[in-house]
Amino acid sequence: MLLTLEPNPTQIKADKLYQQMGLSDEEFTLIETILGRTPNYTETGLFSVMWSEHCSYKNSKPVLKKFPTTGERVLQGPGEGAGIVDIGDGQAVVFKIESHNHPSAIEPYQGAATGVGGIIRDVFSMGARPIALLNSLRFGELDSARVRYLFKEVVAGIAGYGNCIGIPTVGGEIQFEPCYEGNPLVNAMCVGLIDHKDIQKGQAHGLGNTVMYVGAKTGRDGIHGATFASEELTEQSDEKRPAVQVGDPFMEKLLLEACLELIQSDALVGIQDMGAAGLTSSSAEMASKAGMGIEMNLDLVPQRETGMTAYEMMLSESQERMLIVVKKGREPEIARLFEKYDLEAVAIGTVTDDKNLRLIHNGETVADVPVDALAEDAPVYQKPSQEPSYFQEFQAMEQEIPQVDDVKETLIQLLSQPTVASKEWVYEQYDHMVRTNTVVSPGSDAAVLRIRGTRKALAMTTDCNSRYVYLDPETGGKIAVAEAARNIICSGAEPLAITDNLNFGNPEKPEVFWQIEKAADGISEACRVLETPVIGGNVSLYNETSGTAIYPTPVIGMVGLVTDIDHITTQYFKNSGDLIYLVGETKPEFGGSELQKLLNGRISGKAPELNIDLEKERQEQVLAAIRSGLVQSAHDLSEGGLAVALAECLFGSETLGAAVTITGNHVTALFSESQSLFLLSVKEEHQAEFESLVEAALIGEVNDSATLRILTKSDPILEVSINELKAAWKGAIPCLLNSRD
Amino acid sequence: MKFAVIVFPGSNCDVDMFHAIGDELGEEVEYVWHDTESLAEYDGILLPGGFSYGDYLRTGAIARFSKVMKEVVKAAEAGKPVLGVCNGFQILLEAGLLPGAMRRNESLSFICKPVQLKIETNRTMFTADYEQGQSISIPVAHGEGNYYCDEETLAELKANNQIVFTYQQNPNGSLEDIAGIVNEKGNVLGMMPHPERAVDELLGSADGLKLFQSIVKTWREAHVVNA
Repeated sequence: MLLTLEPNPTQIKADKLYQQMGLSDEEFTLIETILGRTPNYTETGLFSVMWSEHCSYKNSKPVLKKFPTTGERVLQGPGEGAGIVDIGDGQAVVFKIESHNHPSAIEPYQGAATGVGGIIRDVFSMGARPIALLNSLRFGELDSARVRYLFKEVVAGIAGYGNCIGIPTVGGEIQFEPCYEGNPLVNAMCVGLIDHKDIQKGQAHGLGNTVMYVGAKTGRDGIHGATFASEELTEQSDEKRPAVQVGDPFMEKLLLEACLELIQSDALVGIQDMGAAGLTSSSAEMASKAGMGIEMNLDLVPQRETGMTAYEMMLSESQERMLIVVKKGREPEIARLFEKYDLEAVAIGTVTDDKNLRLIHNGETVADVPVDALAEDAPVYQKPSQEPSYFQEFQAMEQEIPQVDDVKETLIQLLSQPTVASKEWVYEQYDHMVRTNTVVSPGSDAAVLRIRGTRKALAMTTDCNSRYVYLDPETGGKIAVAEAARNIICSGAEPLAITDNLNFGNPEKPEVFWQIEKAADGISEACRVLETPVIGGNVSLYNETSGTAIYPTPVIGMVGLVTDIDHITTQYFKNSGDLIYLVGETKPEFGGSELQKLLNGRISGKAPELNIDLEKERQEQVLAAIRSGLVQSAHDLSEGGLAVALAECLFGSETLGAAVTITGNHVTALFSESQSLFLLSVKEEHQAEFESLVEAALIGEVNDSATLRILTKSDPILEVSINELKAAWKGAIPCLLNSRD
Repeated sequence: MKFAVIVFPGSNCDVDMFHAIGDELGEEVEYVWHDTESLAEYDGILLPGGFSYGDYLRTGAIARFSKVMKEVVKAAEAGKPVLGVCNGFQILLEAGLLPGAMRRNESLSFICKPVQLKIETNRTMFTADYEQGQSISIPVAHGEGNYYCDEETLAELKANNQIVFTYQQNPNGSLEDIAGIVNEKGNVLGMMPHPERAVDELLGSADGLKLFQSIVKTWREAHVVNA
């Protein structure tokens, strides 16, 4: 027998070895109390991953409780692999977002690729066919060679996985800020479609039923990945590279097809992805949710390497693996089903009724711990919270209107900011069309996919302007939800629900915890008013490098329902002669704006105000007009304000132009980032009907001049060819990527 | 006319091909698993895009050893229409049913976007319904579409009118802007752009539909004459 050099319980306790695994002294004592003895090495490992923030949400639970999670259409809220929302006719949409920030900071290609792989498994483990991928990315500024490397590799990793598995990557958003330099954010979202009858749960019911292991073999990769994700990045983080896994999208494609065939079998009892904390979390959670126990013989686990210990097998985060529970006696037919896809399905354990997770290895019991203790009983911490000093400083600042001398040059510079500039370089690397349902491709406000065989379609988006969240977490949180909803509305859909990815710094710092609390308050309020419950999500804390936190970045992934494909609308102006309307009022609001960053190199002041009730009212009006067939194009105003939005509306055509008249201060009118604003175009013949439905100001007309002309009452203040604007906007990112230090 | 969509492990445009034929063209179509031993019952063979066997060794290099490929060769020899799109084209090259080879895109990146193609010849069973020289919009989505062959082969392709589609703006660096070629007999077409993604105006273009209609029309004419 192989000699293992694992420390014994006495050593673990005396030398506080549990600390290296991320457990505190108090937590270790609590484990001793639960077990009535000191845990051995394997057991300590099980607790350390299951009680990590990544798996247990021990620091964020009190905050997550605030979210509204129910609604008429919600079929599955938080707690399973992904949330599910009814879309009628026996169909439902399944979606979730998840982060892979830390792995991507160390090994960007594989970190991003496995992030995509993981979120896809969460969706098909519910029984759903994944139909679309989105992402939300944050990087430092592109003038750094390291950032350019991270950016290119993350995009390549997302493309490499999504393209190969054949799920279209249809949308996303990217922001560039110095605070993400050492700690980029890579959040991946997957959307799936399911018939109600096929909805699966990750539960291990039925005494004596068989636990089977399917998919890739277990190796030593990703051990302690969940723990790694729950600490700050330091200069030593490179040493954690073995905690990053390697993705195999081909294997996952086989697994996906096999599992979707499997869910049609009545032999299947439960199914769960082996994600963070792999075999440990999938077995413990499935047993705990069913009120049962599981006994597994680890000798039977398919292994990629020889001599793996129980500890290594249980903590491995090797990718592309699923744990399933099947009815006793039906194992051979399950094995045959997987064989068709050249996959192995191996019986490794049974469902017991003692509510324990018992592991056998080399004929010995190597762990025997209550499943609820692992899955449910992690301590919950109410972290101290304190308003950071910067907040009052920013709140006390007067709104100042920046000085803009050259409107044309300013607009061109704004369009060249990588956050605003065209992301074509990115999304052309993603297969965004495979499965042939993508009606609105990346680039417009939200992506839209038809649902084959129906008149319906789904709109989807990810959004978060973290500058606003940093200046004012509560308002910024609200804005993130409102902006996502605006994008959904502009595409002709009704917002259904959200999934959120809360990316923050170290929660043990009271100022960071304050940001988390306030942002959650804002998100909750917006979700309640906009009737978009939170059906699931992910928390990523400890996003800091060398002690400096990222901007608080609660990314919102939202899905909406288009009730008839005729309602599908894009942001692009369509015909010469159409009237241009602005819905909403512009105030001088430049805190966190693209203009402020451009002129000052940094942001400060108050975030734009948001009246969420007014927002709701306007969204309803705009959607009603779209559904009445009165709107040719719809776009929300965001970074860069009206001037940037007008340019974006014109980038869909080679020939169209626009003439627009603005009132009041021209810098405010053109560049302020006031909220709840929409830019619509309407056929002249629909003017009266449109104006009776929507409160909006007629500001101009689409023409065929291929120029953007802006006038104040008296003078023209801007006349620029669309080609010139487009060249700046399209060329910015490729140009930055080609630059050398 | 009855079509087979060959499904290799890792194919991912099989569904799109299936719907293009079944829903938009309205012809009979079935998925055929890669270990199938006979294609006798099918009139047209379609090799869809995707990443067969993960494209891990070289695109199409493993798939060409699948059991079904012997049958694909037989079907090609029997004069049945065989269409390989994207990964399907790469497999046809590896199987030696078409001449030449694929290199990685010049940009070294995957590229997905609609491109304008020129119909270089409408005197094939795949392009009969198009106008000679017509410009059509069909999307590409590939990382290895940079077609290459030696000078001798290129001269033959030209002499026999085997170059069927060229790019108007070359997205991948392919030799002579080649986007699709047929074999000498004219019944095996390989192309990088995805005609099955361009069969519905709702998704941006229906220019690919005529390719499938051409196949059916040519087949019907031949079989009415023979009947």
